[in-house]
Amino acid sequence: MIKRLQLVWASLGLLAVWQILALIVQRDILPAPLAVLAAFFSEAGGELGGHFLASLWRVVASLLLSIALAAPAGLVLGQSRRLNAFFSPLVYILYPIPKVVLVSIVILFLGINDLSKIVMIFLILFFQILVLVRDQAAAIRPELIYSVRSLGAGRRGLFKYVYLPASLPAILTAVRQSIGTAVAVLYIVELIATTRGLGYYIYLHGTTLYDYPKMYAGVLAMSLLGLGLYFTADWLHRRLCPWQFQSAEESG
Amino acid sequence: MIRAVGLTFRYSKHPPIFQDFDWQVEQGQTWAIIGASGCGKSTLLYLLAGLRRPDGGQLLINNQPLTGPRPQTGLILQDYGLLPWATLRQNVTLGLDLRRFYGPDGRHAPAEALPEDLSARVTHWLERLGIAGVAAQYPGQVSGGQRQRAAIARTLVLEPDLLLMDEPFASLDAPTREDLQSLVLQLHQERPLTTVLVTHTIEEAMTIGEKILVLVNRTNTTPLILDNPYAGQIPPPQDAGYARLTARMRDALRQT
Repeated sequence: MIKRLQLVWASLGLLAVWQILALIVQRDILPAPLAVLAAFFSEAGGELGGHFLASLWRVVASLLLSIALAAPAGLVLGQSRRLNAFFSPLVYILYPIPKVVLVSIVILFLGINDLSKIVMIFLILFFQILVLVRDQAAAIRPELIYSVRSLGAGRRGLFKYVYLPASLPAILTAVRQSIGTAVAVLYIVELIATTRGLGYYIYLHGTTLYDYPKMYAGVLAMSLLGLGLYFTADWLHRRLCPWQFQSAEESG
Repeated sequence: MIRAVGLTFRYSKHPPIFQDFDWQVEQGQTWAIIGASGCGKSTLLYLLAGLRRPDGGQLLINNQPLTGPRPQTGLILQDYGLLPWATLRQNVTLGLDLRRFYGPDGRHAPAEALPEDLSARVTHWLERLGIAGVAAQYPGQVSGGQRQRAAIARTLVLEPDLLLMDEPFASLDAPTREDLQSLVLQLHQERPLTTVLVTHTIEEAMTIGEKILVLVNRTNTTPLILDNPYAGQIPPPQDAGYARLTARMRDALRQT
């Protein structure tokens, strides 16, 4: 497990490299970290904060939507061999399609609004969560099901005491693995036909207003958004699934 | 206690494992079922647990036809069947949680209501099985023997009247296996619980089963039953009768 102190050192190291590069390059398209941090903090309470919240809302909404739809679907497919045999070729074909190429199509159908952006990110997260939860549910050993059934569990009991806790780590792992892609796609969809969100903010300050410290402040905000979501998923994983970390500590 | 009447069971496209099979277990007896792998000994146990349905004939427990898992039957499997995400204590409490979850419906839980506070009962069984010290650990953190002890505690905390065990000690090392075998015998002396244990080793069958049912690797019709006066003796006695009985069992198993 990575310690907090190591993270602090890694961040300081990155800042140092950035500072050195800025000194060598000596151009206004690479401002020094201090100038960017100054812009970041002066903007955070104002314009940048608003764009950050708009982006945050889009990612969190798609996260919740994809968990709400993909986790139950994954559980059902993982439990039912027949349904899985029917749907798995479909999932197999759809899963590797780079969903980001659909962005124009989704906007044509759903319009220039938050919904089309949320649906784009949803499409990416949905398949990740579906596949991981399905495989997790399918991997539950029949002996475990037998013994819990023998303790009196019917369908509802199995769901509550076996399938739900078994799929939780899969959901959190899927979220953690796909958060990077989700934020990347967020950036792309925010370049198109919107005036809210960090993608727009970065683009505006970089190509129209030529305010480079602010552009970098936007990049920083977007990185923090991704990092924050990643840390949250990781923290929830440790908190909600302590058994996975305890046994690892013991055997390692 | 248990009565199989004309029991017939087959896996599709295979010859039947049981055909018109009659068998009877009295209250409080301990039985060992022995046979080579694939003979249907685990199948019989799953049938008794209500997890599989016979294709023909009937299984009666306490004169009631069996239609599904019975709340008063405890089942212990070789791979423990513990929830990896729950501590040993939570695992031992699982059956009680399920009973509370369903309420006294007579199907998932006995028709009598549960007493309010059961934590003392859970603690008692954790202590009796010698795992109170590791009750806060997860199954992945404890030894195989401790896991199986937790599985036994989880079953006994529900106060079953019938205990079914499917090769419960097969994946444990020899000293742990002997400890658990004598524990099962002690528990049986304290409270004569009807017990059916499936095993593939002659020694374990001789240690546990007052009665031994030998299953064959073709269709079982008439049961081959041996009376075993040596049950409960660890280590096994070095006498001629014991040797004769094991030789008979070995012969019967070889014929299959």
